[in-house]
Amino acid sequence: MRRVYLDNVATTPLLPEVREAMKPYLGEFFGNPSCIHDWGDAPREAMELARSQVAKLIGANPEEVIFTGSGTESNNFAIKGLALAQQNKGKHVVVSAIEHFSVLHSAKTLEKWGFELTLVPVDKYGVVNPEAVRKSLRKDTVLVSIMHANSEVGTIEPIAEIASITRQNNVLFHTDAVATVGTIPVDVKKLGVDALSLAGNQFYGPKGVGALWVRKGVRIMPLLDGGVQEGGRRAGTENIPAIVGLGKTAELAKADMATRIEHLTPLRDRLLAELPAKIDHVVVTGHLQNRLPGNASFCVSFIEGEAMLMLLNSQGVAVTSGSACTSRALKASHVLIAMGLSHELAQGSILFSLGLNNNPEDVDYVLEVLPPIVDRLRQMSPLYAKFTRTSKGGN
Amino acid sequence: MPIYSEKVMEHFMNPRNVGEIENPDGVGEVGNPVCGDMMTFYIKVKDNRLEDVKFKTFGCGAAIAVSSMVSEMAKGKTLEEAQKITPQLVADELEGLPKNKFHCSNLGAQALNKAIKDYLKKKPKGGGKK
Repeated sequence: MRRVYLDNVATTPLLPEVREAMKPYLGEFFGNPSCIHDWGDAPREAMELARSQVAKLIGANPEEVIFTGSGTESNNFAIKGLALAQQNKGKHVVVSAIEHFSVLHSAKTLEKWGFELTLVPVDKYGVVNPEAVRKSLRKDTVLVSIMHANSEVGTIEPIAEIASITRQNNVLFHTDAVATVGTIPVDVKKLGVDALSLAGNQFYGPKGVGALWVRKGVRIMPLLDGGVQEGGRRAGTENIPAIVGLGKTAELAKADMATRIEHLTPLRDRLLAELPAKIDHVVVTGHLQNRLPGNASFCVSFIEGEAMLMLLNSQGVAVTSGSACTSRALKASHVLIAMGLSHELAQGSILFSLGLNNNPEDVDYVLEVLPPIVDRLRQMSPLYAKFTRTSKGGN
Repeated sequence: MPIYSEKVMEHFMNPRNVGEIENPDGVGEVGNPVCGDMMTFYIKVKDNRLEDVKFKTFGCGAAIAVSSMVSEMAKGKTLEEAQKITPQLVADELEGLPKNKFHCSNLGAQALNKAIKDYLKKKPKGGGKK
């Protein structure tokens, strides 16, 4: 049976070149980069090379890059660390309603610590209106965090526009760029942000490593106390093999980005156009133009996403869904609900996230196997029965 | 370990008794799309026994497997026997359900019970249905 991985939003496969680059640091070069003896040299040099590779990918200075253990850690660090470092100035933070839980829940934790939180809404395409951000700002606002793109619906946010507003108002602006760094061009200067999160496993690097870029001169309170690793901002012995992998994957992403986008976009566009053409009552979620190159997300009426996911899996296809039943918390995707979708429609969420390994035949295969799956589940669905009765019965 | 037991997967992949019954003796509907799962059970009763049981389900893999299992357990049973089917018994027959899914997906017994009650309410007093 054909096996088609279309869940690159969950994680991407490690590139062979990246794995090879990591290997020596899982073997011979096991030393601790903090050590002064010879064993510390190679890991330290490799780590600093990785730092400059990551910095180059986002147009930053290497000394502004702090390695972390994940995108989630980077987001926690940014939200809590930047807010706490400025709490004498004010205690109000602003985030969008569709942020990743590592931002949203960090902001809720700040609320428990005495901060006030404003959630900025999005429109039906998942776009944050910069004017809504402007209106949310108060005298005591110390931090705004809006994601660069939402990986669930693919929408890319107007970060540069929002940044010009935060700058005018002298408020720090963090962006969660986990979905975009390594996938589309990201330049911290062009975006105009003050801090930016990224993660290795979202662009063919290893898991367990991320980075937070913080503009020089911006104060941040460390989350982890201990040694003086990462300039005293993130204590703990560094995960050298993963950091090396992150650096290597950043270098490759910078070199190959245009080719990758050219590869992914037509595959995505075929799914976006042909699935709704093949299956009735399917809607594309997210913005149609300002969209991540590998993201094809839909809601299928009258059926539930987890059941679709399981039947696709039985045909060798890996996808994800934002349905309540798919989430461990059994709640429908907060992103889809914030975009104004009904719970019923959100239940039919399905997300194809394409990657470098996909090809046109994979798209053909999905277009072949999904329609009968949808049909099978609809034949089982009381909602579909009601719909056909009322539409055919002319009632 | 996969999140679903082999039995759940088997019923999900090959659900028994999917469909509706024309002129059913009882119908029971539970759940709503907000909580995620919705089930409708249809029954045909003859001589106090469930001659036929069919269902339609909107929901996750577990919800579909539960519906299928309940229909299989109920078919041929007397009404009194069928009313004794509990969510726990259904879960046991399915070799377990994920903890977080026990309540939301395990509505099959409730839907069946509602269908039986519907039948009992409609049934003319004193005599069975022809």
